[in-house]
Amino acid sequence: MTTDTRHAPQTRRRIDGTQLHPYIPLTDDDRLAMLKLIGAASTDALFEDVPAAYRNPDLRLPDPLSELELLDEMAELARRNAVAGEYACFLGAGAYRRFRPSLVDALVNRGEFLTSYTPYQPEVSQGTLQTIFEFQSIVCELTGMDVANAGMYDGASALAEACLMACAVTGRARIAISDRVHPNWLAVVRGYARGRGIEVDVQPHGAFALTAEHACLAVAQPDFYGRVSPGAAAWGDAAHATGALFVVAADPVSLALYRPPSAYGADIVVGEGQSLGVPLSFGGPYVGLFACRDAYIRQMPGRIVGATRDIEGRTGYVLTLQTREQHIRRERATSNICTSTQLVALAATIYVQALGPRGLRRVAELCYEKAHYLAGRIDALPGYHVERGEPFFHEFAVTTPKPPEEINRALLQRRIIGGLDVSDYARHRMLLCVTETNTRAEIDALVEALADA
Amino acid sequence: MLEPHAMQLSRPGRFAVALPPPGVPPQETPPPHLLRDELRLPELTQIDVVRHFTRLSQLNWSIDTHMYPLGSCTMKLNPKVNDAVASLPGFTNAHPLQPASEAQGALAVMHGLQAMLAEICGLAGASVAPMAGAQGELAGILVIKAYLESRGEERTRVLVPDSAHGTNPATASMAGFDVVAVQSRPDGDMDLDALRDALEQHGHAVAALMITLPSTLGLFDRNIVRIAEMVHAHGALMYGDGANLNAMLGQVRPGDLGFDVMHINLHKTFSTPHGGGGPGAGPIAVTDALLPFLPAPHVVREGAFALIDPPHSIGRLGAFHGNFGVLARAYAYIRALGAGGLRAISEAAVLNANYVQERLRGAYDLAHDRRCMHEVLFSGARQKAQGARTLDIAKRMIDYGYHPPTIYFPLVVDEALMIEPTESETKETLDAFCDAMLKIAEEAATSPELLREAPHNAPLRRLDEATAARKPVLRWDRDSR
Amino acid sequence: MAASPDDRKYSKEHEWVRVNGDTARIGITDYAQDQLGDVVYIDLPEAGATVGQFEKMGEIESVKAVSDLFSPVSGEVLRVNDTAVDKPELVNSDPHGDGWLLEVRLTSPAELDALMTAAAYDAFTAAQPA
Repeated sequence: MTTDTRHAPQTRRRIDGTQLHPYIPLTDDDRLAMLKLIGAASTDALFEDVPAAYRNPDLRLPDPLSELELLDEMAELARRNAVAGEYACFLGAGAYRRFRPSLVDALVNRGEFLTSYTPYQPEVSQGTLQTIFEFQSIVCELTGMDVANAGMYDGASALAEACLMACAVTGRARIAISDRVHPNWLAVVRGYARGRGIEVDVQPHGAFALTAEHACLAVAQPDFYGRVSPGAAAWGDAAHATGALFVVAADPVSLALYRPPSAYGADIVVGEGQSLGVPLSFGGPYVGLFACRDAYIRQMPGRIVGATRDIEGRTGYVLTLQTREQHIRRERATSNICTSTQLVALAATIYVQALGPRGLRRVAELCYEKAHYLAGRIDALPGYHVERGEPFFHEFAVTTPKPPEEINRALLQRRIIGGLDVSDYARHRMLLCVTETNTRAEIDALVEALADA
Repeated sequence: MLEPHAMQLSRPGRFAVALPPPGVPPQETPPPHLLRDELRLPELTQIDVVRHFTRLSQLNWSIDTHMYPLGSCTMKLNPKVNDAVASLPGFTNAHPLQPASEAQGALAVMHGLQAMLAEICGLAGASVAPMAGAQGELAGILVIKAYLESRGEERTRVLVPDSAHGTNPATASMAGFDVVAVQSRPDGDMDLDALRDALEQHGHAVAALMITLPSTLGLFDRNIVRIAEMVHAHGALMYGDGANLNAMLGQVRPGDLGFDVMHINLHKTFSTPHGGGGPGAGPIAVTDALLPFLPAPHVVREGAFALIDPPHSIGRLGAFHGNFGVLARAYAYIRALGAGGLRAISEAAVLNANYVQERLRGAYDLAHDRRCMHEVLFSGARQKAQGARTLDIAKRMIDYGYHPPTIYFPLVVDEALMIEPTESETKETLDAFCDAMLKIAEEAATSPELLREAPHNAPLRRLDEATAARKPVLRWDRDSR
Repeated sequence: MAASPDDRKYSKEHEWVRVNGDTARIGITDYAQDQLGDVVYIDLPEAGATVGQFEKMGEIESVKAVSDLFSPVSGEVLRVNDTAVDKPELVNSDPHGDGWLLEVRLTSPAELDALMTAAAYDAFTAAQPA
């Protein structure tokens, strides 16, 4: 482990009557008055229960910075990232660059949303509670499910929790999952399953073999390669025939265009809420979407908000069905989760409401049209071949004439961040993604650069 | 109704944001049978969206608007500069999968935070991958499990004090362990005899003791070093729940006391906004022996910064590298304070809590009459006998303009009322808060109905939670309204 | 609190059982419902299932608590009180009457000797910490 910290002297206590730091308001006079009331000789005396031998360690941390210095330093670090906006970005694979209406951040950053806690006191938390209720309503509508929770950490952990939930519902300890689920999501599922002693069968996509031991079949739609399968209903039927649940991980923007997973038999639907107008932020924070059929609500993990009335009959919202959760059921809880990634769920809620049904569908169509335009142009390039076995949404795999790593290096020279390297033993492949933020000029520049690469 | 549901504001044909034309030639559309035919989402114009969420925000209480002394939650100042830092386009527009060479700034932040957190905790290294405190707990316990398994040890039980936060037993259970509860003594410290009995009874089946320091009773366990020795003597590990780390910043390092693993709630100790319930981040810090088992990915510096999978990693916890936007805020917070500033934080937090304890000790029963750390735990038993329960005290506080403290936790104290003022409040605010609490204690004695019917002037009165749970209404339904 | 009805027996887990021939009705006591607060959900075994004396037979939830239900006697479940399952508030308003939970066919009537009389149960609850 290397550290880039500098040895620094401890900040010396100033005895000049002023406060110590902008974040700590007490002045020396305050301290003295408070200590006098407490009957302690010094603040040190308040720590009398701490073993003296371990007190006052010498922390090797960098010197403190004023806000001005801090902003300079952080801006310098931020400049070391090549970012979408300055670069044309064709990376997707689970995180998507979105046009974000200006009103989203302006509203999310209101201190009343930003600096409130989990809404345990409903009388003074209706803003958060109603937002969650509206978020749940949106997630239900997009997925076609009966109920949704307030949000999970991210899509991957939501999928893992869905698999655990399927085991709790069915009393089985084995899950079947498609090999075209995002590899990082698969890794998360394995991690959560290992803890509970659950076996994970990764099965070839579309050729699923289920037995009465399986708690669920989990698939991604679109899958990791962007493909939307027309045959998903058969998988749902196969799962149900063995008494397993059908778990679908779906991209919420795609659901404004494509039929919801409820139409092909899903019992639990999860998704990565990032694509609903949440910044890339180098991978997080995002929000996991989680919805299911009514029958399974008591096994659902996470926070849930319900509508009710106050004693004067006015509509209000409260956390409900809390007995599922860790703070009550402890070791028998449905999950240990106690966050809903609320602020990100709020951003997604505002985003969806700003766009409305036609706007959201338009975003999906723009992605689709631009991606298909790019695919068509790449197909015409010698040495490149777009995989078109199944319809795709806005990501697609391309067979490339040389290793994607080499191509991507050449693209970076032209300020283009290329696709993800998804080569396997047989071929060089790249996963390309187009969103509404990619202009035609960017797309044409990519095609040109690929031709030259 | 305080604010209509967005669907009630909706009118067909409205929208708040316009989108550009595609700018590419028309493409063949997807097969119609794959398309959806109906999408019932709100249709709002821009002024509606802005007012809807502005009005909703105004129904919330928050640190920015009110003192929020919620015990064990560390509702401290959330410096705005942290938000400014996290909002730099160089960070918000960075794609998680872009090449490491093009993400050196973000990786430097993560690497720096790993190192600073390890230093603060007195442990060998840290992972910033866990996306929340509870996920950090899960990661920490899985690290312990993987470590023990690598040594060929099959240990199936985890000891958890009866005063622990609910996530501790829930986490142990998620990681496949059985939970054994250990009692605390009347003075609030762990009962060493009960611990010895548990260790002897469960012998080599014990994988770890999960313990919060200072405890959820707001007390620093005076036997902590002895406890660690006993646990280690049985070959088990010490897991630290870092919920209360704010009391120890720069004063004492958990690693020096014998902790092997701990998780840290950046949204508590390191000032990142709670956001009404997340996002948080729950980094874990571990001893040297446990480093190979840390979650993936981990940031290392090999010339340039790079993401690696530790050799015996427990694996991934999320799709990418953790909640970077939260990490950047915590990094900025530590850089703004330095070692001396962090020490001053814990000093002021503990001073403030002891001040509140002293000012209120005559009016409310102290759960443990000794020096508290960063939070003070009262029991509302006296007021309950007068006809006002702790819930009623909490609701009455709303009338006085203070967010209620944590109530009915920890479970081991009757009518618990846990106050954590944090270092952020001025003495004037603390005094006004204590004056209000004293007034409420008087009211409980003279007119308890005033408390039972509170709040009187919040946006809403008390809500019917029983009906909400009996007949759940969990989404907008146009037919039911 | 009013005295418990003396037409039935009581367990330390605060369930009552009222015998009628070889069948018995089971519910929770007034004391138990008062401790729980507003009951919002009841999870019970289905008809045909067997329950064992002092073994877990289900769960009962209030807004902020969940408790295991333990059967006071062994038997085969004949009937579940669906009305109470649909309207859990019945358990609060009439725990000893309409808020009953299960009807079972007794398999070991001698087990009743291990239960308390109404007077003994009332003394037992009076000794519980408030």
